[in-house]
Amino acid sequence: MDELRDYYQEWLEEELKPTVDNFGSRKKEFKTASDIELEALYTPLDIDDLDYLSELNFPGQYPYTRGVYATMYRSRLWTMRQYAGFGTAKETNQRYRYLLEQGQTGLSVAFDLPTQIGYDSDQPLARGEVGRVGVAIDTLKDMETLFDKIPLDKVSTSMTINAPAAVLLAMYVAVAEKQGVDRSKLAGTVQNDILKEYIARGTYIFPPEPSLKLVTDIFEFCSQELPRWNSISISGYHIREAGSDAIQELAFTLGNGIEYVESALERGLNIDDFAPRLSFFFNAQMNFFEEIAKFRAARRLWAEIMRERFGAKKDKSCMLRFHTQTAGAALTAQQPENNIIRVAYQALAAALGGTQSLHTNSFDEALGLPTEKSVKIALRTQQILAEETGVADVIDPLGGSYLIESMTDTLVEEARDYLEEIDKLGGMAEAIEAGFVQREIQETAYEMQKDIDNQEQIVVGVNKYQEEEEEEIEDILKVDPELEQSQKESLQRVRVNRDATKVEKHLTKLREAAEKEENLMYPILAAVKDYVSIGEICGVLRDIFGEYEARHF
Amino acid sequence: MRKSWQNKMKITAEQVFAGEEKVIARAISLIENERQQVFPLLKELYSRSELAYLLGVTGPPGSGKSTLVAKIVSGWVREGNKVAVIAIDPTSEFSGGALLGDRIRMDDISTNKDVFIRSMATRGYLGGLNPAIFDTVVVLSAAGYKKIVIETVGVGQNEIDIVSLADTTLVVTVPEAGDEVQAFKAGLMEAGDIFVLNKADHPEVNKMELVLKQMLRLGNTAGEQAENRWEVPIVKTIATTEKGIAELNKTIAEHQEFLTEKGENQKAPGKIISNHLIHLLEESLKRKYLDPLKESPAFAKLLQEIAAKKTDPYSAMEELMANFKERLG
Amino acid sequence: MTGKNIKVLIAKPGLDGHDRGAKVIARGLKEAGMEVVYTGLRQTPAQIVRAALQEDVDVIGLSILSGAHQELFPVIMDELEEAGLEDILVLAGGTIPDSDHQELKEIGIKEIFKPGTPIKEIVEFIEKELAE
Repeated sequence: MDELRDYYQEWLEEELKPTVDNFGSRKKEFKTASDIELEALYTPLDIDDLDYLSELNFPGQYPYTRGVYATMYRSRLWTMRQYAGFGTAKETNQRYRYLLEQGQTGLSVAFDLPTQIGYDSDQPLARGEVGRVGVAIDTLKDMETLFDKIPLDKVSTSMTINAPAAVLLAMYVAVAEKQGVDRSKLAGTVQNDILKEYIARGTYIFPPEPSLKLVTDIFEFCSQELPRWNSISISGYHIREAGSDAIQELAFTLGNGIEYVESALERGLNIDDFAPRLSFFFNAQMNFFEEIAKFRAARRLWAEIMRERFGAKKDKSCMLRFHTQTAGAALTAQQPENNIIRVAYQALAAALGGTQSLHTNSFDEALGLPTEKSVKIALRTQQILAEETGVADVIDPLGGSYLIESMTDTLVEEARDYLEEIDKLGGMAEAIEAGFVQREIQETAYEMQKDIDNQEQIVVGVNKYQEEEEEEIEDILKVDPELEQSQKESLQRVRVNRDATKVEKHLTKLREAAEKEENLMYPILAAVKDYVSIGEICGVLRDIFGEYEARHF
Repeated sequence: MRKSWQNKMKITAEQVFAGEEKVIARAISLIENERQQVFPLLKELYSRSELAYLLGVTGPPGSGKSTLVAKIVSGWVREGNKVAVIAIDPTSEFSGGALLGDRIRMDDISTNKDVFIRSMATRGYLGGLNPAIFDTVVVLSAAGYKKIVIETVGVGQNEIDIVSLADTTLVVTVPEAGDEVQAFKAGLMEAGDIFVLNKADHPEVNKMELVLKQMLRLGNTAGEQAENRWEVPIVKTIATTEKGIAELNKTIAEHQEFLTEKGENQKAPGKIISNHLIHLLEESLKRKYLDPLKESPAFAKLLQEIAAKKTDPYSAMEELMANFKERLG
Repeated sequence: MTGKNIKVLIAKPGLDGHDRGAKVIARGLKEAGMEVVYTGLRQTPAQIVRAALQEDVDVIGLSILSGAHQELFPVIMDELEEAGLEDILVLAGGTIPDSDHQELKEIGIKEIFKPGTPIKEIVEFIEKELAE
C-alpha cells in the first residue's frame, strides 16, 4: 500500500496537476448531490481499511451490503410494480384486471386524497379531489368493487395509505373473507408510515402519539393474523421528494424505522416477530453513483441497527428489503420527453443498488396524470433494463469499485452522525415535533433551488439548453368531472341500505376502544364489515385523538 | 396594478366604526406603510372609542401558542364577542422580508365571521416594538373588536416588549422546553400574568411545573401587599384536545376582573400610552430630523472631519444636539 | 432587492401535502424583501379569500399538485371578486398541464409558473406587475 501511495502522489503531482493547470477544470468543485466532495480518481487507497466480511460479506449474509438474497436477480428479477389508481373503484378494477392478464402479479393501489386523509367523498373538503390522484374508497362496497374477480390469495397488493391505514387494511381483510380467502394467505404491504407524513408528504390526520399507536396496532395485528403481509413500508421516497439530500433520506428513514421498532417493543412485541415484516421504500435520484451507494449503505446500516441496537436474532429481521421509485422531483415540465432518459438512469441505479421492486415514473407526470402511452413507456424502460442490458446477470456488479465502496462507507458514516444527533433530541418523533427534521430538509431544498437558479446545478431544458418555444403536450389524462357526483351518489346508496343501528353500535364501540387504548384493528374490522365509512371511522378518532396541526418551521 | 389604496384610498372613521373587514384591513396597511397619512384617522378613532381588552401571548417556538390562541378565541366567540388576533413575526434583518406563518394553526377560527386575524412583521424597529401594532389595536378597537390577542413567537426582549402592551400577558411553555425556560429572562417572568404549561400529557410535566413555580416564587419577592397582588397561576393545558382550555379561559377572565377592580395598582394603562407616545416621538424624530440629517451635506462634512481627526464623534454629537435644541425650541 | 412592502399570500388549496414548492417560493420571496403569509396545507377557497382580505395582500400565489385546480381556482376567483378583491395579483404553480393554462388565465390568474421556474423570475414578475 505504501508503494501504491507513493505512485499515487507522483501521478497526482506530475500527471494530473499539470494537466488540470493547463486545461483548467470543468467545475470549481466536484461534489455529489449530498455535498460529498469527489476525488478525481479512486484507488485501492480509498478502501484500504475496508473489511470484506464484516462490512460487505456475501449476498444474503449479514450485513447484506451486497444484497439481501443469495441469488438476487439471477433467480427472479425485481418486481415491476407500477403505482396506479384513478377514478372509481370500477374503472381501477378494470385496469388491474387488464394488468393481471398481462402477467403482472403485484398490484399497487393509489388512493385519492380524501381517502388518504380519512374523509368521505361527500365531505366539503373533498371537493374537487374525489378520484383524482387515485381511487376513491368510502366503504367496503368500493373495496369489493376494486378487487372484484381478483383472487386475493394469488396477488400481492401494495397500498399507499398511511393515516387511515388501519381502515383500508381492515377493508382488504374483509374483502378477502368474502372471497373465502384465508387471512394467512394474504400478501402485500400497507405503507403505514405516518412519521414521514409530518416530515414530507402531508397526508396526516392525528397527532404523532395516537398515530404511532395506530401504526403499532397494525404491527400487532399483522404479526398475529397476516404472516405474509408487510406491516409497513418505511419511506424515504417522500423525504427526498420534499428536498432532502441522499444522506438525509437515509438517516431520516432509518430514524423513523428506529422509532417504529421502539414503539412496537414498548407494546411488548417481540422484535423477531415483527421485524421481518418491515419493508422500506427509497427514491432513485439523478446523482448516479451516490444513489447506488445509498442503497448499499441502507442495507448495512439497518442490519447493524437491528442486530446491535435491538438485539434481533433472526436473519430476516436484519434484512432491509426495499421498493424504489424514480424521482418525481427530477421530472421537468420543460421538454418533458427528456424525462424518459432521466428515468432510465435512475432505474439503472436502483437495479445496481439491488432493489426488490421498482416503479418507473412516466415522463409527463410533471404536467399531470400519466397517459396510458407514457405509463407503457415507463414500464418498457424497466423491461429493457432487465432483459437487454445484462445488469441483472451479476449480483451487486459494482461491489468492489473503489468509488462505490468508498462512497458507501461515507454515506454510512454521515447517516450515523445524523442518527446520533436525532437520538440526542430524543428520537425521530421528538425531532419532528421540534421541527428539526423539517428545517434540515427545507434548508437543503432551498439551497438546491438556489444552485439551480445560479446554474451550479444543471437541469437540461430548465437552466441550460432551453427552448424558446416549448412544445405543448396536449395528451393529458383527464379525470371525468362527473365522477365526483356519481361517487357521492353511490355512497348515499350504501348509507341508505345499511343497518343504521349497527353503524351506531360500531362507532360507539370504536370510541370506547380508542379511549381505553385497545388495539383498534379489531373494532375497525368489525365496523367496515357493516359498511361504516372511512369518514365516519376517522371522524370518531378525530374526536378522541384530535387533529395534527402543522407549523411553519 | 398595484392595489388601489396605494393611490387613492381614503378611509373615514365612520367606515371603521361600521366594521367592514376590507376597510379595517386596508386601514392597517395604511398604518404600516403610510403612517403620516393615517394619523388624522387614528386621532379620531382614539377619541371616539374605548380600547379593547388586550391579551398578549408569547412562548418559545413549538409550545403550541397558536393552537392555544385559536382555542381561547373560540371560547370568546362562543360567548358572543368579536375577537381580533394580531400575529407578529420578526422581519429579516438581512432582506427586510418576513415569513408570517401563524395563521397556519388558526384554521378552526380563520373563517369565523366574528374573528379577524392579521399577521404583522416587526419591521426592525429599534427596541423591537413597531408602533404600528398599537395603532392597529386602536383601529380594531374602534371597529368593534372587544377582545384582541397579540401573539409573538419567542422569549426574547422584543417579544416581551410586545406582549407587555397587553392587559393580561400569557406565557406559554411546554414540558420539554426545560432548558429554554431556565434561560427565560427575568423580564419574561415579571411580564407573565398567567403561565400556561401546554402539552400537559408529557411525562415531564410535573417536573416542569415545579421549576416554573420555583422561578415564579423567586421573581415574586417584590414587597407588594399580598391582598393587592395577583398570584401568578400556572394552568396546565393540552391544546390539541382542549383539555384545560375552559380553566384557562376562566383564569383569563379572573385576571381581567382583577384588573378592573384594582387596576391602578397593577398594570397602569398610563404606562402603555406613555410607551406608545415615546415610540411615536422616536419615529417622528427619526423621520423628521435624523433621516434628513443623514442625507445632508453638513452631516457628510462632519463625517469627513471626524475621519481627518479635526473633530471626534462625541463633539460632533454635542454640536448636532445643540442644533436640534434650537430647532425644537 | 426591491420587494419592500409587498405582501404576498402563499396558499395551498386542495388536499395534497406537497408543499416543497410553496415553502421554497415563500422563502425566496421573503429573501427578496417581501412579507409572506403562508397558510399551510388543505386550505379551502373560503379560507384563502378570507386570509387575503384580512391580510390585505398585494399578491396571492396558489400552489396545487393534486390536479383539482380546475375545480378550485374558479371558486377562489369568484369569491375574491365577491369580496371586492379583484385588484389582487393572482399567480399559480404546481402540476398544471399546459392545456389548462389558457382557461385559468381567462378567469383572471395572471401567470402560471411551471416547476423549475427560477425564484428570481417570479420576483421580477411580481415587481413588474405591481409597478404598472
